[in-house]
Amino acid sequence: MFKKILIANRGEIACRIIKTAKKMGIATVAVHSDADKDALFVEMADEAFAIGPAPAAQSYLVIEKIVAACKATGAEAVHPGYGFLSERAAFARALEAEGIVFIGPNAHAIEAMGDKIQSKKFANAARVSTVPGFLGVIESAEEAARIADDIGYPVIIKASAGGGGKGMRIAHDRQEVLQGFARAKSEASSSFGDDRVFVEKFIVNPRHVEIQVLGDKHGNVVYLGERECSIQRRNQKVIEEAPSPLLDEETRRAMGEQAVALARACGYDSAGTVEFVAGQDKSFFFLEMNTRLQVEHPVTECVTGIDLVEQMIRIAAGEPLPFAQKDIRLKGWAVESRIYAEDPMRGFLPSIGRLVTYEAPREGTEYDVTVRNDTGVAEGSEISIHYDPMIAKLVTHGPTRESAIEAQASALDGFVIRGIRHNTLFLSAIMAHPRFQAGELSTGFIAEEFPDGFQPREPEGETATTIALAALFMDHVMQERRRGISGQIFPHRAVEFDNERIAMLGRTPYPFAIGRETLEGALIVTAAGGRVYHVESSWMPGSPVWRGFIEGQPVVVGVEPLLNGALLSHAGTRIDARVFSPREAELFALMPQKAKGGSSKQLLCPMPGLLRVLSVAEGEEVKIGDPLAVVEAMKMENQLRAEFDGKVAKICAKEGDSLAVDAVILEFA
Amino acid sequence: MRDVLEKLDERRGRARLGGGISRIEAQHGKGKLTARERIELLLDPGSFEELDMFVEHRSIDFGMEKQKIPGDGVVTGWGTVNGRTVFVFSKDFTVFGGSLSETHARKIVKVQDMALRMRAPIIGLFDAGGARIQEGVAALGGYGEVFKRNVDASGIIPQISVIMGPCAGGDVYSPAMTDFIFMVRDTSYMFVTGPDVVKTVTNEVVTAEELGGARVHTTKSSIADGAWDNDVEALLQVRRLIDFLPSNNQSGVPAWPTRDPVDRVDGSLDTLVPDSANKPYDVKELVVKVADEGDFFEIQQDFARNVVTGFIRMDGRTVGVVANQPLVLAGVLDADASRKAARFVRFCDSFEIPILTFVDVPGFLPGTDQEYGGLIKHGAKLLFAYSQATVPLITVITRKAFGGAYDVMASKHIGADFNYAWPTAQIAVMGAKGAVEIIFRQDAGDPDKIAEKTREYEERFLSPFVAAERGYIDEVIMPRTTRRLVARALAMLAEKKAERPWRKHDNIPL
Repeated sequence: MFKKILIANRGEIACRIIKTAKKMGIATVAVHSDADKDALFVEMADEAFAIGPAPAAQSYLVIEKIVAACKATGAEAVHPGYGFLSERAAFARALEAEGIVFIGPNAHAIEAMGDKIQSKKFANAARVSTVPGFLGVIESAEEAARIADDIGYPVIIKASAGGGGKGMRIAHDRQEVLQGFARAKSEASSSFGDDRVFVEKFIVNPRHVEIQVLGDKHGNVVYLGERECSIQRRNQKVIEEAPSPLLDEETRRAMGEQAVALARACGYDSAGTVEFVAGQDKSFFFLEMNTRLQVEHPVTECVTGIDLVEQMIRIAAGEPLPFAQKDIRLKGWAVESRIYAEDPMRGFLPSIGRLVTYEAPREGTEYDVTVRNDTGVAEGSEISIHYDPMIAKLVTHGPTRESAIEAQASALDGFVIRGIRHNTLFLSAIMAHPRFQAGELSTGFIAEEFPDGFQPREPEGETATTIALAALFMDHVMQERRRGISGQIFPHRAVEFDNERIAMLGRTPYPFAIGRETLEGALIVTAAGGRVYHVESSWMPGSPVWRGFIEGQPVVVGVEPLLNGALLSHAGTRIDARVFSPREAELFALMPQKAKGGSSKQLLCPMPGLLRVLSVAEGEEVKIGDPLAVVEAMKMENQLRAEFDGKVAKICAKEGDSLAVDAVILEFA
Repeated sequence: MRDVLEKLDERRGRARLGGGISRIEAQHGKGKLTARERIELLLDPGSFEELDMFVEHRSIDFGMEKQKIPGDGVVTGWGTVNGRTVFVFSKDFTVFGGSLSETHARKIVKVQDMALRMRAPIIGLFDAGGARIQEGVAALGGYGEVFKRNVDASGIIPQISVIMGPCAGGDVYSPAMTDFIFMVRDTSYMFVTGPDVVKTVTNEVVTAEELGGARVHTTKSSIADGAWDNDVEALLQVRRLIDFLPSNNQSGVPAWPTRDPVDRVDGSLDTLVPDSANKPYDVKELVVKVADEGDFFEIQQDFARNVVTGFIRMDGRTVGVVANQPLVLAGVLDADASRKAARFVRFCDSFEIPILTFVDVPGFLPGTDQEYGGLIKHGAKLLFAYSQATVPLITVITRKAFGGAYDVMASKHIGADFNYAWPTAQIAVMGAKGAVEIIFRQDAGDPDKIAEKTREYEERFLSPFVAAERGYIDEVIMPRTTRRLVARALAMLAEKKAERPWRKHDNIPL
């Protein structure tokens, strides 16, 4: 076994790999850019080695620098993680040339599968079912349109070298092919340094199901069940689970066997993933094979009990697989949410900055539910503009899908992130969504269920009661404490307050009567209709999460202080809560509601980034929805559109400008 | 007997209606509460004891003898806020527009006198149309009596004014002499002369909101210390503020039980100061993370935002915080920031509230604008205020402490008890570039040499250690331990006594 390995990656995946290496007694070397010198993964590794400036193209993507780092530190093997150099055959070769082991598949397999066109040829040869499409290199938009006409619409244009959704365009007609072709090529070029694209049939209402395979250097290949990753936004996975609610045993075996056949055909000898697009009728077609560890690998680890990173290291060291296909058993259900630094309320624009507060849910197993949080950050870390905006991968595992979802929902409600925008509330809303709970997934789920983007709902019914009770409890704690202030005129008889309290959720009153505390410390509360609740919690003022029990049921509510109240979030809903005496509530009802800010007559830069394109000129009339500008941030191009009809009065920035958040791009008349 | 009791009830009922139902409704229609409703929100339920409910004016001019309403436009009395005594007067806009008559003034004076005698805070709620013109000079005399008592009580009991409607002419000067003025957005304004007079005299056309609204006074004039959206928000926040304030200058700060451990270590503070000296950070994060439960009552948060002032608690006891804000103008001290911080420091010192100062200051703001505006005098106010303070003073230098501003920001030399520095601190006369350009002027043409000297200067002087070697810094501390060390120091300093020689009063450069 290796004594020391180097991790050619950063962030959560570097941390994840270091954890396993530590468990195996292997020393670790972190390589890092200047921007990452204080990052968690650098701190966790036994050694750190600087490899250059912040842009990945000058650090994490430079093969020579990684090789030099190996030589300087004496690392015997390199784990590439995902992204960066993980699927570059040239990297595997460069390491090999220096006698360093690449913890991943052999370069031939990477090459064979890394190119989507080639991989389809392999798949056809291995009798894996594939989607109709054109596998050749397409030179022009016109050619693409001709091919699309032949296949039949809708079609999808994809980067040959790509993965993870970048450089993909769906076209519903010839016109859209002509338009999307150039953009797909340019995104492919900027993301992968390779502008080749291809066209294939687009399957309507599809699901994304993928098979995890594991092969060793002795010809053994097994599949470790599937993952369903249908919950995607703009082709980026958001929520993954294992197993898939779609598959039955028979389909699972059929897919697994095809995946193994493909892996064998290309001599695959590491952890890899065969991605399929599946119809709602359980038909499935091969999409591509990812020759690396996937972001969402933890859900497979949870249901199989197999540490994929450990297996990759062992395989790379030449060990045979310690299990055969018959030994693989899927146990329970696992759900993973990707927590991103993005603002779901503002069109999911990326957000950067300091994690002023970061409190992840506690990891570990309680009863039969496991919570796992793979992250590369800690409180005080910086989410920078240079890299992927993923903050953490929150995984919950339980005996059933229902229990895993429930645990995931609670964990999300208790996940505290402040200082930047993030998507936990959105994820929590998906967990609470009946269609998600029913397992009726498709890759269009988010677009269909949140067609106008995400706005948190106000709580209703039982959810509202739960939130109101939590608000009431917190108010009670603070009220009791105020009664303990020094200097009272009757120091031995603390001031008494009305036990009638009204929790105002927004402008909706929820009246309660506060009763005594039980011997166990539960507060007895009576609701307006006479229903009695026992509410228990060890919440203390200032704490950003309320964890407690209402009628014995565990409840988690996120708490953000507001003037005279708090912004509470629970189950994908969010509401400002204030607790009043009846008289205060009565007088509060007389207060006018003030509108929050008028509609802006300026176009503000919604995130820090580079102004790529300015589509309008001064004096130009624009209609609602017209493209105004493109801002590039986090490697993503974000189209800014007119929110109303108007006339551009003044342009305040020029293409190529590096803009801060809320910088004025242009003004309307 | 019963008749008499019923009569009392009836008279009280009439008095409580103030100017009558239609005026009350008109008040509500404007989004405002009545004088008594406001008191109800401000005080603990059932704790208000009204005084002088039946007082009526004695004016006989202009037919005023036919218009008498019990209470005469102001509701006065006392009650408790979380069990602690406070005195209150609340202008009743429904009665003669809340205008001030001789008797009205006398009612206010009565509670002012009581508050001072009883050493309890007094809160004035303003919503009035100024002097009662019909009374003329009698009203003016009344104002004078009120003003004089504001001054007599200054520095002895906390005085708080909340502007909840119009406040103009003579009415503005009583609030102006209190410790804090708060306003309600959109429904309150404050000015010496209103838009009509302004138009007549200067031809300037301006609305009441533009002339003296909450926005103007919290951002431009610095007259107001804060503003809230409506009456309810405002009064609940005043209750919150009172929980921070001592009852008087000898009572000591209030304390309440907290479960936030004083030895709480916060690892994220180690990364608060960015690597680059030119990158800002939000000092409020530091304030909030050091404070008990993250609770921070900010004073003047919209004015001179380059310095942050407000109250926190440490181990349940009130502490005043002054902090340079690197996020705004790099935290530089200018005339506005100096005045703002100076007044806050003097408030804390008057009322025996310990002061915690966080320093990251690149110096005083240069320029004609500042110099013409009297930066020297305004900067001197802050220097004076700190030098004069005898309360426990704890200073933590997080990054820059350059030049004269280093001295001003509660340095060891002007009387701070504990001066801590983070390892990121740079205590020097100025930044490296400027210093080297002066010291090595003869090498100005040799960029290599300048660069080398700059590096040398940075290494030698841009650290806390030169100051620590001289004892100007008591200890260089890990940022994560700031809360623990500050809390311990404050506990130890609780009995601090610093005497000053007798004098009538000082002569702060006003």
